[in-house]
Amino acid sequence: MSSSEVTRQGLRGMRPGREAGPGRPARRRGRRGEQAMVPAAEFTSYYGKPVINSPVWGSRAIAGYLFLGGLAGGSALLGAGAQATGRPALATAAKTGAFAAGCVSVAALIHDLGRPARFVNMLRVFKVTSPMSMGSWLLGGFVPATAVAAASAWTGKVPRLGTAATAVSALLGPAVATYTAVLVSNTAVPAWHDGHRELPFVFAGSAAMAAGGLGLLAAPAGQNAPARNLALLGAGAEAVAFERMTKRMGMVGEPYSADRAGTYHRASQALLALGVAGTLLGRRHRVIAALSGMALLGSSAATRWAVVHAGLASAADPKYAVVPQRQRRDGDGAAAEAG
Amino acid sequence: MADQAATGGYHDPPPRMGFFTDTSVCIGCKACEVACKEWNRVPDDGLVLTGMSYDNTIGLGADTWRHVAFIEQRRPVAAPAREDGEAQDGQAQDGQAQDGQAQDGQAQDGQARDGLRWLMASDVCKHCTHAACLDVCPTGALFRTEFGTVVVQEDICNGCGYCIPACPYGVIDQRKGDGRAWKCTLCYDRLGAGMTPACAQACPTESIQFGPLDELRERAAARLGQLHGEGVAEARLYGEDPGDGVGGDGAFFLLLDEPEVYGLPPDPVVTTRDLPSMWRHAAVAATGLMAAAAAAFAAEWLGRH
Repeated sequence: MSSSEVTRQGLRGMRPGREAGPGRPARRRGRRGEQAMVPAAEFTSYYGKPVINSPVWGSRAIAGYLFLGGLAGGSALLGAGAQATGRPALATAAKTGAFAAGCVSVAALIHDLGRPARFVNMLRVFKVTSPMSMGSWLLGGFVPATAVAAASAWTGKVPRLGTAATAVSALLGPAVATYTAVLVSNTAVPAWHDGHRELPFVFAGSAAMAAGGLGLLAAPAGQNAPARNLALLGAGAEAVAFERMTKRMGMVGEPYSADRAGTYHRASQALLALGVAGTLLGRRHRVIAALSGMALLGSSAATRWAVVHAGLASAADPKYAVVPQRQRRDGDGAAAEAG
Repeated sequence: MADQAATGGYHDPPPRMGFFTDTSVCIGCKACEVACKEWNRVPDDGLVLTGMSYDNTIGLGADTWRHVAFIEQRRPVAAPAREDGEAQDGQAQDGQAQDGQAQDGQAQDGQARDGLRWLMASDVCKHCTHAACLDVCPTGALFRTEFGTVVVQEDICNGCGYCIPACPYGVIDQRKGDGRAWKCTLCYDRLGAGMTPACAQACPTESIQFGPLDELRERAAARLGQLHGEGVAEARLYGEDPGDGVGGDGAFFLLLDEPEVYGLPPDPVVTTRDLPSMWRHAAVAATGLMAAAAAAFAAEWLGRH
């Protein structure tokens, strides 16, 4: 049978393999049923495997990085304001906090690299499409400025240079505190990407709350009033922005209230309530102010942990990639057909 | 569509090269996986049995640059190229007739007509026109080659990991113990020498077709027309449209079911499309933070005066 059919070019009379037919659906999809216009409520996936690859960043390193970046940026602002308004104790505390938090966040960033020794490769290019590149350059300017500002505040030496460095750190601080929202949003991780409108405000509020909390913790009662104001403003902004974000995101916002992210978020809310109450009621009391500050710092950190874990959960479940994308695709298709 | 290599700074680049993976003729042999590993010296990532199907590779990653998906479905399938089968299908409109036909067990190609079908598809890096991994790489390790493909320079990558969650397809990943990010290079070394990538070379059914992207798109359109003509209405192209969320893929597919069935995102969008909006929102938030700090001090000053 085969002896006459097989040639060097293949089977005689056969079309090439790549033109083979796979068989076709015989029934069910035929004339009987109409094409569904509305996407099915259930979704399919490949054995439940994730569609995207999960971030490989350590959850502690990335959450800590987000928290410390906010603390550093907010503290730089607080330090500059305290210096300008003649509150030296608050200024020194805030500047020290900005420097220490900046250093630890850079250390966390380097530690989390797959090749830490190649950290300087971050400075090979200046790329606005890469928030991590922009962040590296930002921190490259910010951390040295906070170092000079803090050193000058502690030693009282080179006051002019110290003031200039304080100003630079205060200008870069808000960017350091908010760019991290762009850093995580600019990914395919559904719970991060879809929150990109509100996340910068969540992080700005969280940064203000953390910096204010540190001020309350470290500065004497006579100088901590601006720290208290900043913390309260930040707490309000963070709570409102977080709520708006998760509401607007719909089903992709689910991971923020589930599992570990939900636990961290509830812890954040509880600490926020404690911190705000303590700040308002015990404003003159040194110990209560310090405890409130700690609660606010903890609330800010818990928010970052909630954001990180919500993102990881949304990356691990194919539902959060498939369902919104199908709605977008099929919605567009239906709209195009109608129009 | 803009020429990716030309916009990447190359003068007079060769045509953009890519893959057209026609999954309708994939037989799931995994020769592509093996050839890729052999040529690119990709290390093994554990010999495990998943127990879920004949797919024990699971998905693309740092050590899997070609991945053959294997899907077992319960749905009625007609045997191909069988004249009387078509006639029967035409009559088989009610459930009873279907059952009767299934019991007949008219097996062809080893597939009993009891509604079982196997889908096999060799997945690979899409070498997007607008590649998120390349956009977000902070070191410039990822770059656009003269062939319009996207490649990691392993001597530059510092393992920051940003490209990994940026990829909407879940392609690139970090290699354990190495720390750097790895993915398909579309055999950049072989292309430079005028050769075909290892996976396409090894594919015994020409399911993986390599060539200039323009030519592949024409070939894919013809193939789709052929299949539709033969009644395979569910055949569709995936990633061939330059108007999609990633500007079209350099490696695109012909699928026989919805993309998500194969583990592919139904409507991927390059994350950096929203980046201008993200920067704007962050700038407003940063300004707000500055204003809040100013207000925190001003409130005290006003309170005193």
